[in-house]
Amino acid sequence: MEKGKGNTLDGPAIQRIRNDFPIFKKVINGQSLVYFDNGATVQKPLQVIQAIENYYYQSNANIHRGVHTLSREATELYETARNTVAAHFNVANPQQCVFTSGTTEGINLIAGGLSKAILRSGDEIILTAYEHHSNILPWQLHAQERGLKLKVIPLKSDQSLDIAAAMTLFTDRTKVLAVAHVSNTLGLITDLQALFKIAQQYNVITVVDGAQSSPHMPVNLPELDPDFFVCSAHKMYGPTGIGLLYMKEKWLTELPLFKTGGGTIKTVTFEHTEYAEGALRFEPGTPHISGAVGFAAAIDYMNSIDMSAIYKHESELVRYAQTRLLELPEVEVYGQSEHKAGVISFNVKGAHPFDVGTLLDKYGIAVRTGHHCTQPLMQLLGVQGTVRASFAIYNTLEEVEYFIEKLKRVITLVS
Amino acid sequence: MQIREIEEEIISEFELFGDDWEQKYEHLIDLGKSLPLIEPGYKTDVNLIKGCQSRVWMHSDFKEGKMIFTADSDAIITKGMVALLVRVLSHQEPVAIVNARLEFIDQIGLKEHLSPTRANGLVSMINRMKQEALQHLSK
Ligand SMILES: Cc1ncc(COP(=O)(O)O)c(C=O)c1O
Repeated sequence: MEKGKGNTLDGPAIQRIRNDFPIFKKVINGQSLVYFDNGATVQKPLQVIQAIENYYYQSNANIHRGVHTLSREATELYETARNTVAAHFNVANPQQCVFTSGTTEGINLIAGGLSKAILRSGDEIILTAYEHHSNILPWQLHAQERGLKLKVIPLKSDQSLDIAAAMTLFTDRTKVLAVAHVSNTLGLITDLQALFKIAQQYNVITVVDGAQSSPHMPVNLPELDPDFFVCSAHKMYGPTGIGLLYMKEKWLTELPLFKTGGGTIKTVTFEHTEYAEGALRFEPGTPHISGAVGFAAAIDYMNSIDMSAIYKHESELVRYAQTRLLELPEVEVYGQSEHKAGVISFNVKGAHPFDVGTLLDKYGIAVRTGHHCTQPLMQLLGVQGTVRASFAIYNTLEEVEYFIEKLKRVITLVS
Repeated sequence: MQIREIEEEIISEFELFGDDWEQKYEHLIDLGKSLPLIEPGYKTDVNLIKGCQSRVWMHSDFKEGKMIFTADSDAIITKGMVALLVRVLSHQEPVAIVNARLEFIDQIGLKEHLSPTRANGLVSMINRMKQEALQHLSK
């Protein structure tokens, strides 16, 4: 494969990008690192590391509280970060963008809030068979407490969502549809348009888990038009411990609070509290200010490359990896659609994914093995786990080539 | 043979491979393949040692003052490690098992497999072997 073939970035462009990531100077088991575990978390560019460092060097103070200069500076950085996140997802009112600790917390705030007042015993929540545990457990917890019913959209034999079956699941009692935008295990992109069309007919609240779409493809929230959308900065070249909870404007006042405390209020007496308006209502306590600053820097970084270019580059890597994997008769690939973002899951027939991952690691290739926090999907596939290679903007066709070459060696070793 | 003698034997076996990790793993995998299987009837939930990823089953008997271990794993590398542990600790007296330090694993360069973050169940397997030996110590 030549550099820059098809839709991948050309060699010099990739090299410039790789130079932004200090971790790639590291040597693992005598080899330079081939990092294909981006679905778990991506590496961080200098631009993000430096933004966080600068914040602590120059601007650290608590926000929304002090009249002094530093506090104003920190507040401005935090709110500017919110504006950057909002603009990235094309959201006109930045207040609709609440900072959370990540995808998991976002889903807990939504599930907890809705269950407190809006959902009633007997109401139904529809999920898909490939949800991450983080988009199952919060719903399951409240379902058990409040007598709600979870329903699951099944998969077709190629592991894509069975939209026709989904249609038959919706009833008048269906209140919530909570789905992954991209499956973290299979990489498949969910047909949200088709699902939302049904959801609309039943007046269902839509929740999108964007943990695996936001790093890999452009996401335009007004166009997609969900009620809620959540994602994690650490999968988008940003720091851990910060994420986005987007909500439609009406939910800013209508979503019941699940967490509360200092910083969320206008006035408090022991009898009554008048809450702040907008995003702050959902951000009790001192927020992750440096995290927000790093998140914004990460978004600026992705946009300096361009989300469409990122999508094209990574899709080409997935397509190439899939083509090469399918040439190997010993390999089984799950979710073979071409409509994928950044992720590919497979097994070597008759071999445990743990063995494949352990040996690939010896060659300096980092992949994820196991159930990927999607045990129900593993049960459906009838496997203990899979090997998952997931790509980011700094990965190259040469790395995929090296991976395939070493995988062949692994296959001989284990069979 | 005493535990320490078997350990020495394994160390010299692995010394042949020098720094070549591929050969070392090939050998480990071969050991895994040749491990006498645990009787299917013993592959029960009670005998299952849960690692997060690979699973290990272990059964012990006590005969004529010695512990006899049989074991299995669903991952072949783990099974190779299991084979080494069974080779060293099976047919030994409980007191020797309880006191065994198993330093050979470090010396053959496979210590990483005993890291608690490895999630392969081996650390729990060694603990279980020692616990079961301990139960027969006073008898
Ligand atoms: C689809 C999906 N949902 C939710 C999560 C949880 O994200 P976090 O751990 O950042 O809260 C992940 C991350 O692994 C994911 O891939």
